[in-house]
Amino acid sequence: MLSIKNLHASIEGTPILRGINLEVKAGEVHAIMGPNGSGKSTLASVLAGREEYEVTEGEVFFKGKDLLELAPEDRAREGVFLAFQYPVEIPGVSSTNFLRTAVNQVREYRGLEALDAVKFLTMMKEKMKLVEIDQKLLSRSLNEGFSGGEKKRNEIFQMAMLEPTLSILDETDSGLDIDALRIVSNGVNQLKSKDNATIVVTHYQRLLDYIVPDFVHVLYKGRIVKSGTKDLALELEEKGYDWIKEAIDSEATV
Amino acid sequence: MSTLTKQNLFEGFLESSFVGFEKAREEGKASFLNQGLPTLKSEEYKFTAITKKLEQSLSNLSPAKPFDLSEEEVSEAIPQGFEGPILVFSNGHLIKNLCLGIDHLNFSTLSEKLETPIGSIAKVDKDAFAALNQASFEEGVFISIPKKEVVEKPILLLSFNKANLGDVISPRVWIDAGDFAEVTFISHSINKGDTPYFVNKVVEIKGGLNSQIRYYRIQNEGKNAFEVSNIETNLLQDSRFTSVTLSLSGEMVRNNLSLNLLGSNSEGNMYGIYLLNGKTHVDNHTNVDHTIPHAESNELYKGILADQSRGVFNGKIFVRQDAQKTNAFQQNNNILLSNDATINTKPQLEIWADDVKCSHGCTTGQLDEEALFYLQARGIDKIQAKGLLLFAFAGEVLEHIENESFREYCTNLVQERLGSKF
Repeated sequence: MLSIKNLHASIEGTPILRGINLEVKAGEVHAIMGPNGSGKSTLASVLAGREEYEVTEGEVFFKGKDLLELAPEDRAREGVFLAFQYPVEIPGVSSTNFLRTAVNQVREYRGLEALDAVKFLTMMKEKMKLVEIDQKLLSRSLNEGFSGGEKKRNEIFQMAMLEPTLSILDETDSGLDIDALRIVSNGVNQLKSKDNATIVVTHYQRLLDYIVPDFVHVLYKGRIVKSGTKDLALELEEKGYDWIKEAIDSEATV
Repeated sequence: MSTLTKQNLFEGFLESSFVGFEKAREEGKASFLNQGLPTLKSEEYKFTAITKKLEQSLSNLSPAKPFDLSEEEVSEAIPQGFEGPILVFSNGHLIKNLCLGIDHLNFSTLSEKLETPIGSIAKVDKDAFAALNQASFEEGVFISIPKKEVVEKPILLLSFNKANLGDVISPRVWIDAGDFAEVTFISHSINKGDTPYFVNKVVEIKGGLNSQIRYYRIQNEGKNAFEVSNIETNLLQDSRFTSVTLSLSGEMVRNNLSLNLLGSNSEGNMYGIYLLNGKTHVDNHTNVDHTIPHAESNELYKGILADQSRGVFNGKIFVRQDAQKTNAFQQNNNILLSNDATINTKPQLEIWADDVKCSHGCTTGQLDEEALFYLQARGIDKIQAKGLLLFAFAGEVLEHIENESFREYCTNLVQERLGSKF
C-alpha cells in the first residue's frame, strides 16, 4: 500500500530525513518510535504534504500512485489521513460544516454521491459513539477552546468520518490521560480492518499497549536504524534510546 | 499658488446653474473655496490621494444629468428576495415614476421640499467634499418616517450611475426618522457605463427619540468609480443607529461616517467589511461624538486585501467631558493576502470624561497557513479552504444585518468573492 524508498527531506536547507525506507501493507500497524528530533513528525508531515518540507531525494508510492506529486487535499482524498500532533483551532468555522465539506469533497473524488444533511448526520451520530465525542463539541468552532484530549478525540472522529486507507497518528498519545488514551486507542482499533493500515508515530511505548503494532521501527537522525516486532518497543521502554544512539554514533565514527 | 490649482478642478463646475436652496449653496461654495481640496498634507486625507486621482482622471467637470432607465433595468438590479419599497435614482436624481411599492412612503424630491434643513447635520466646514456637495447637489430625496411608524420592509435606495467623462454625480439624501420610528435602508449602486466618474454623496439622518434606524450599504461599483460619501447621523435620547458597509470594488472610495450621540442611552453601531483586489482603494473614516452621559457606540471593521489594493481605516471616538458612563468599543482587523497590499489603520480616541469604558484594537496579519494545511489535509480543495478561512474571519460582521434575506444576499456576495461557496 505504501512504499517509501530512500526518502530525504529538509526544511529551510537543513536535512531532517536522510534515507527512509519503509513498506506498509494493508492490514498492518507500524509504530515509528525514536528520540526527540529524530524526524518522526517530519516523516508524518512529508507524507501528508506539508509545504515547508522539501523532498530532496527518494520516492513514495501510495496504492501505486506517486504520492509526492499530489496536493495535500488529493492525498487525503486518495485515503491518507494525518492525525495532527497539534490540531489547529479555527475560530468561525463550525466543526459540522467543515466536516460535511470535507466528507463530500472526498466522496466526490472517490466517485461517491454527496451525502445530504440527513445522511450526513446519521453517519456523524454513528461515528461519534466511537470516540465518545459530545454533540455539543461539534456545534462549536473547529477545535476552538477544546481541551487537549478533546482535540485528539476529534482527530480520530474525523478519521472515522473520512474512512482513510492509511492513517498516520502523529503523537496522538502525547499529553493524554489514561482515560482519553483508552478512548482514542479504542476508536483506532475499531477502525482497523484488513484493508487499511496505520502508522503510529510515538515517543512513548505506552500507546502500544493499546494499539498493538505488527512492526516497530526506531528512527534516529533521519533514518530507520532498527526494526522489529512489538518486543522492540518493550525493550526501548526498559532501556531507553541511549543504547541505540550509542551503537549508531559509534558506527558512524568508525 | 497651490490653492489655485486645487480649486481649479471644480471652478468651472461651480459656475453651473443649480436651482433652489440658494442660501445653502452659497454657504457650501464659500466653505469649499475656503477649505480647498484636500491634499496628502491634510491630516484627514493623508493616505487617500483623492484630489490627485480626480485631477488625473477627470477634466471639464460638469453636473451629471439623469439618463433614461427602463423598468427592466430596475427590476434586474433588485437584490434577490427583496420585497420592500424601492426608490430609484439616475445619476443621483430621484426618478419618481420608476419607484416601486411606495404607496405608504412619505418622501419627496428636494426641490419639492425647499424647507429641508440642508447642512444642519452634515456641516460644511467638516469636509471639503460635503461643502462641495452642498453647493452643487441636485434632485435628491427627503424621506420622512412619521412618529411611531414602523416600516416593516427595508427601503431600497437603488442608484444607477452612468456618466460622461468629467461628470460629477452629487446625490443628497435627507432622512428624518420621527420619535419611535423604525426603519431599515439598503443603499445599492449600479454602474451602467465604463467611463470614469465621480460620485460625491451626502446623507443626513436624524433619529428621533427612541427611533431605530438601520443603514446598510453595498459598494460594488465599477473599477472606474471615484466616490466620496459623507453620512452623518444625529441621535436623540434612546435611539439606535446601525450601519453596515460592504465595500467590494471601486477605483477609489472614501467613506466618511459620523455619528453624533446627542441624547442619553442612544446607541451608534458601525460595522464594515472591505474585500479589495486589483488596485482598489477604500478608505473608511468614522467618527463618533459622545456628547452626553450613558451612550454607547460599537464599531467593527474587517478587511481582506489582495493584489495591490489599499485600505485605510481611521476610527475616531470623541468623548466629551460631560459624557460620563460612556461605553465605546472599536475594533479593526485586517488580512493581507499579498506583499503589495497595504493597510493604514489608526484608532483615534479623545477622551475628556473620567468615568468611561472605551476600548480599541487593530490587527493586521496574513492567512493562517497552518489552518489552511489542516483543512487541505482533510480533503478540502485549497481555494475553497482559503475561502472558508477568510469567511470565518470576515463573516461575523454580516451577523449585524438584521434583515434575513439581505443578510443572505450579502453572505452570497462575500462568499462568491472569497471563493468559499459551500
